[in-house]
Amino acid sequence: MSVRDERTVSSTETGRDRQQPVERIVLRGRKVVGGRAEGEALVTRQTISGWGGVHAQTGTIIETRHELKGQSFKDKVLVFRGAKGSSGWSVVFHTARLAGSAPKAIVFNEMTTKVALGAVVMRVPAVTGLDRDPLDVIETGDWVRVDGDAGIVEVVKRRAATEDRR
Amino acid sequence: MLDGAEGRAKQKAMELLVRYAEALGAERFVDVTNVAGVPGQPTPFLAAYYKDFPGGQDAIFSHFDLDSDELVEMPNVVTRACHLQGGYDPDNWELLGASAEAAARLREGERYAAGHGIEILKTCTPYLVGNVPKRGEHCAWMESSAVVYCNAVLGARTNTEGRESTSAAMLTGKIPYWGLHVDECRRGTHRIDVDFEIDGIMDWGMLGYFVGDVVQEHVPVLTGIGKAPDLVRYKHFGAAAASSGGVEMYHIVGITPEAPTVDVAFGGNAPVEVFRYDADARRRTYEALNANASDPDVDYVMLGCPHAALEQIEEACRLLDGRRISPNCRLWIFTSRAVRRQADEAGLTDVIRKAGGHLLTDTCSAIGNALPPGTKVAALDSAKQVHYLPAMTGIQAWFGSTADCIDAALTGRWRGALR
Repeated sequence: MSVRDERTVSSTETGRDRQQPVERIVLRGRKVVGGRAEGEALVTRQTISGWGGVHAQTGTIIETRHELKGQSFKDKVLVFRGAKGSSGWSVVFHTARLAGSAPKAIVFNEMTTKVALGAVVMRVPAVTGLDRDPLDVIETGDWVRVDGDAGIVEVVKRRAATEDRR
Repeated sequence: MLDGAEGRAKQKAMELLVRYAEALGAERFVDVTNVAGVPGQPTPFLAAYYKDFPGGQDAIFSHFDLDSDELVEMPNVVTRACHLQGGYDPDNWELLGASAEAAARLREGERYAAGHGIEILKTCTPYLVGNVPKRGEHCAWMESSAVVYCNAVLGARTNTEGRESTSAAMLTGKIPYWGLHVDECRRGTHRIDVDFEIDGIMDWGMLGYFVGDVVQEHVPVLTGIGKAPDLVRYKHFGAAAASSGGVEMYHIVGITPEAPTVDVAFGGNAPVEVFRYDADARRRTYEALNANASDPDVDYVMLGCPHAALEQIEEACRLLDGRRISPNCRLWIFTSRAVRRQADEAGLTDVIRKAGGHLLTDTCSAIGNALPPGTKVAALDSAKQVHYLPAMTGIQAWFGSTADCIDAALTGRWRGALR
């Protein structure tokens, strides 16, 4: 992974094999929490319940009928629709930060007090209000760079990213 | 306050609120006069995490509640402030599986909060025990079921706040002016046409569960409700809608305070979507709520989510009708300390005890992660508890009426059905 971290990929540039273009997409939105981070995307179209929906110490989604049930957001860039459920949302994500299981960054669509406060106390870069729906653009496994201060989300599609690592 | 002129703690609280307001995109703050949260609560994780930090209770309050890297001394609160549910029933902590050490630590945390001017209500239903904000009052409340009650039923104004924002608001009397503090955000967005007669708390819970699922965090407007729900039905409806979705505000046309008519409820908004709740939708909701249960041998019945009102405890006692519960089953009913005191006075606590059950306070099975040892299959009359408890503990859970649940406690068998 460290190899590709150092590479600069632009939208006009192609990959090392010119037959295999590296698809890079840039989304622009607004800062929720500043800072920069990057990592592999974990994407869900569903909203996430914090308390009662996430096991904080491991960052695992536990909600019974959730499409990410059993998966952990630890060290991922979590891309999701928004927050729902209990007001313990911030406490769960705050606890995840203390336990070392927080995501590296978050990108989401729908602003609520739960997700805003959770992002603040998690202290990870967070962006919302993007010019394209991140749920249409980003798939689980894509490589995502989040610049919280600039409100920019850069996506390197998984197919390209995988080829890049060969 | 931000410049530190009113002390380091208020400065740190304001810094957190400014970060929070920026995250929301709020441009200013609003003064709040009623704040409900869980300030300084030393949960087992936090107590262990901060045990080597200097400052004792102030360490948890500074570093976690105010998200401050610097230790500050907590001053007295400046608003009406209460402590919601959490911790253990001080008279029954052993039954709830707590260690003496954890119970003592929680009592210490409680004294710390009380010593700084916070009412120790220890319930998710502050509105049942004397904390009833007035219409239009700006509040900062945690507890999704209380938030939705505060907005929709009382017409007071609060977003679903969190522990950190409520603790900061208690010290500053401020919260971001955003969301449900603003008139436009309180207006309806989705219409739910109810085409089924909704009466008991089971039906109100199912309707809430359906509504939350279809509108998520938006503002539903319900039409077709003929008979106004009572406090307990509102409690179960709102709790369910805030669990399957993130409903913080709703309108029932002709019934709730900000919805004299459909037009007023929508305030000029066109409904984004219209949903119909009929017998089919009701059946689907019932099936969804029971999807995770298959074993009819019930070994645990829990009532009191959100915390039971006195009349619900009376009803449970009526249904027990002098009989003892099955030796294979346990019955725990959760309520607030204030309502338990009333139940004690009325002899209801004894009735439950003689039947083999327990009336407990402060917490519930989901909040306290507290189940009777060996529990595999629970029966619950709360859609909210059914939503959370199996996910958090891995048990099966049946959903039904209070009568179905008491029947399960008496027989050890689930015989509930959609009637």
